[in-house]
Amino acid sequence: MKRWLFLAAFLVLVGYLIGGGIWLHPFGVPARDEMDRYFIQNAQAEVAANNVVTSIVFDYRGFDTLGEATVLLAAVVGVALMLRKVKG
Amino acid sequence: MGNMPFVVSMILVGLGFLALIVRRNLIKLAIGISVIEMGVNLFLVSLGYVRGGIAPIYTYAPPGFKEMVFPTPQALTLTAIVIGLATTALMLAFAVVIYRHRGTLDAGKIRELKG
Amino acid sequence: MSVVVRTVTRVILPVALAFGAYVIMHGHLTPGGGFQGGAVTASIVALLVVVYGGARLKGAKGWFAVLEDVGALAFVLLAFLGIGATFFRNVLAGSGGLFGAPVPQLGPNPGALDTAGTLPLMNWAVGLKVIAGLGSVVLLLSLFGREDG
Repeated sequence: MKRWLFLAAFLVLVGYLIGGGIWLHPFGVPARDEMDRYFIQNAQAEVAANNVVTSIVFDYRGFDTLGEATVLLAAVVGVALMLRKVKG
Repeated sequence: MGNMPFVVSMILVGLGFLALIVRRNLIKLAIGISVIEMGVNLFLVSLGYVRGGIAPIYTYAPPGFKEMVFPTPQALTLTAIVIGLATTALMLAFAVVIYRHRGTLDAGKIRELKG
Repeated sequence: MSVVVRTVTRVILPVALAFGAYVIMHGHLTPGGGFQGGAVTASIVALLVVVYGGARLKGAKGWFAVLEDVGALAFVLLAFLGIGATFFRNVLAGSGGLFGAPVPQLGPNPGALDTAGTLPLMNWAVGLKVIAGLGSVVLLLSLFGREDG
């Protein structure tokens, strides 16, 4: 009984996801593009970097990278805490 | 058929959920979560595709190119990949510790052995 | 592991290290950057753990901790460089100093290593951090449960 309930919920979820994929905007024609066009046009003049992705990661959206570095540090600390040598 | 990349990434997400529902082994649960992450990353990257675009890198770009693929979803996917790696490492460490303490990787048995 | 694997590892090791350093150093010009190059270099640690066993690399744990701290501190300090205007302001770009040259020309160009301000330095900081983090995770997972771990 519980298994069938899970399966029904799973089918509804997958149908929702696939329907959302089908009826999204057409592939290759994004809906909004102002921000990305600004980055592509001005990254070379403002950051002096040829790689637009790197200039976004470390300059325009640096706070995201700071949070990511914090998550990496927290995960490493968690692994080291869990796999430490236990006395006795 | 034009939206096939979105549908494929959503099928990957669905397969990951299916693994989470039908499997009991902790390692396989970690694999299912990783498959969901991969589906979401593919979805993000394919959201930023522009028809006929080249990679958003100016070094030796073909002169006279028309469009560049959007860089922001790629940068955010880079962030998501590293965070997924960190969570995978944490999940595997949990699995190792649970196996050492309980002697099993079965999620149902671990729930019975509580205490 | 066997002699073949050990010999091939000894041959591959400098090549993989150079490739990782290249990917980190050219992060502002070509595909790649600190995270990707760090992952490439950390795979060397996994290779060494598989070939020689984790017990022989036990001494590297302290070095990894130092590297992780240095990377994180350098990243935050580089972000603090621009505190006069905003956090994460790229003050070195276009200033003419270290990494301060402008791009050779707008649009497609061959690329110059001496550009992009704080981006290459931040790539190195994040690269060190990822090397140390992933390397210590692999090492800890291989050392767990040993008597001498």
